[in-house]
Amino acid sequence: MKNREYQQIDPQALATPTPTPPPRPLPEHELKPKRARRKWEVFPGKNRFYCDGRIIVARQSGVLPLTLGLILLTSGLFFVFDCPFLVKHLTSCIPAIGGVLFVFVVISLFQTSFTDPGILPRATPEEAADIEKQIDNPTGSSSSYRPPPRTKEVIINQQVVKLKYCFTCKIFRPPRTSHCSLCDNCVERFDHHCPWVGNCVGKRNYRFFYTFVVSLSFLTAFIFGCVTTHLALRSQGGNGLVFALQASPASALELVVCFFSVWSILGLSGFHTYLVAANLTTNEDIKGSWSGKSGNEDVGNPYSYNSMIKNCCSVLCGPMPPSLIDRRGFVPSDDSVQTSPVEVELPAAKNDINMCTHGTKGLLETASRSPLLTSSCPQAKPQAAPAVLEPLPEVTPSPALEPAKTTAGRQSTSTPHKHHSHHRSKGKQASHHTHKTSNSSPRPHHSHSSRRKDSKNRDPKFSSLR
Amino acid sequence: MAETHSLQDLRQAAVASKVFVQRDYASGTICKFQTKFPAELESRIDKQQFEETMQTLNNLYAEAEKLGGRSYLEGCLACLTAYTIFLCMETHYEKVLKKIAKYIQEQNEKIFAPLGLLLTDPIERGLRVVEITIFEDRSIGSR
Repeated sequence: MKNREYQQIDPQALATPTPTPPPRPLPEHELKPKRARRKWEVFPGKNRFYCDGRIIVARQSGVLPLTLGLILLTSGLFFVFDCPFLVKHLTSCIPAIGGVLFVFVVISLFQTSFTDPGILPRATPEEAADIEKQIDNPTGSSSSYRPPPRTKEVIINQQVVKLKYCFTCKIFRPPRTSHCSLCDNCVERFDHHCPWVGNCVGKRNYRFFYTFVVSLSFLTAFIFGCVTTHLALRSQGGNGLVFALQASPASALELVVCFFSVWSILGLSGFHTYLVAANLTTNEDIKGSWSGKSGNEDVGNPYSYNSMIKNCCSVLCGPMPPSLIDRRGFVPSDDSVQTSPVEVELPAAKNDINMCTHGTKGLLETASRSPLLTSSCPQAKPQAAPAVLEPLPEVTPSPALEPAKTTAGRQSTSTPHKHHSHHRSKGKQASHHTHKTSNSSPRPHHSHSSRRKDSKNRDPKFSSLR
Repeated sequence: MAETHSLQDLRQAAVASKVFVQRDYASGTICKFQTKFPAELESRIDKQQFEETMQTLNNLYAEAEKLGGRSYLEGCLACLTAYTIFLCMETHYEKVLKKIAKYIQEQNEKIFAPLGLLLTDPIERGLRVVEITIFEDRSIGSR
């Protein structure tokens, strides 16, 4: 096959110095001996990878540096300015407890941010073609309007659950899976995309996220309490609060930061504790999937074990599922030509108008073509290979970078999706307070009220998009 | 031409088609594959054999995802060590995945390859499908 012919040429070129390069009309980087590429380098989603694929983050780091900075700053000031006084006047347990909490917060933050949330890899061309074949689409000929989203119904625990087809990943999404437009991936048990940690929160990192939020609320409350005690003790000797603040100005800053953050973080941890006990995700809670909103009393959460303890155990202490995207695996040299059909198909498939006609034809074509390339059969048609390899140079750099694709169009309509992310705004309490008063939502966390409104407006759009 | 192939021979054969066995979500989000016998395999393999293989696979995945004393212990220990234990230890799930990979290889060598079929480990397809590749049988002729 093509690859084997290359390997025959190279040793000859080395042994006998031939000045002319092998006469191949193929792109430059294919001529060099193949450096085995890892799968993260050809990953189609909008994620960034570090440490050779060990660390995965979302494309935009969001406000992760801010989160980390605030935590480090506040804790640092606490240990440097408040702890010495408190150790002298109270007990040395204080820095010990603070230290443990701080370590927990930072470690769980990094784990939430850098762990694969449960990304589902996209369908291979053959799989996608197989699914397309199973779906009858009689209106495929009309190219002027987008066909209705494909759904499949499944009965789980005597509840009817609709599985939607994901046009980007070309799969029917498993239950509780949602496509994150910011990361451009389908994520299992999708909770929300959190800009504070700069990553999606899903099946694999929900427990880290929960640990982070709970330990952060303990840390914030602890620092707040200690700083208050510190200032109270200082102002006791008849000196007054102003003197105390002058003596320890760092405490004032810590007080402000902690005061504003403790409400939202405590609220968030309370909310997530409720979600864990009910085995719900933020996504389901916001959309009201199981709350029986349409007057249907039979609707209940089919995933719940109907026991709070069992729900908590299964969500937080359940088995840790593996990462399905295999970031550090090597792209097999046979499949490296297969990645280009995938990339070539995506622009065509994402063009909404031509979805049914071109998408199906193209997929069936590549499905029939690629097996010929993957098999080492010498009868594989060589003329098929250059046609497939040619787009490689322009296509392969793109997965990691992806400046603009046709999904940009879709994303602009779905930017309200960002509202799904948690607004643990440490300095913007005012806007959230007004939301709360105007909507009188029973939820402890303020921004839910705004999100509920958004989701109701957005649902029709969603059904047409997805 | 001989009807039986070995695993090595299959690498030289041409792929006739692929069958995808989808996930079965009737029991929730646990990993379980449909045991319904696909029509395309009717001429190739015994229905009983196929269903037995799928059932064993489903049982292995159920074992990996089982909520029991062992998984809770692992989870609690991990929580106490701020989940750093995942960096050094192999989880129970990963151990069972290795078992599954070995089982699939055995099945391929003993049962599927001689019939001109190849089972792909679902983990390579993101646990979405069980991909069964049907190779051309030269004695029967291409499909």
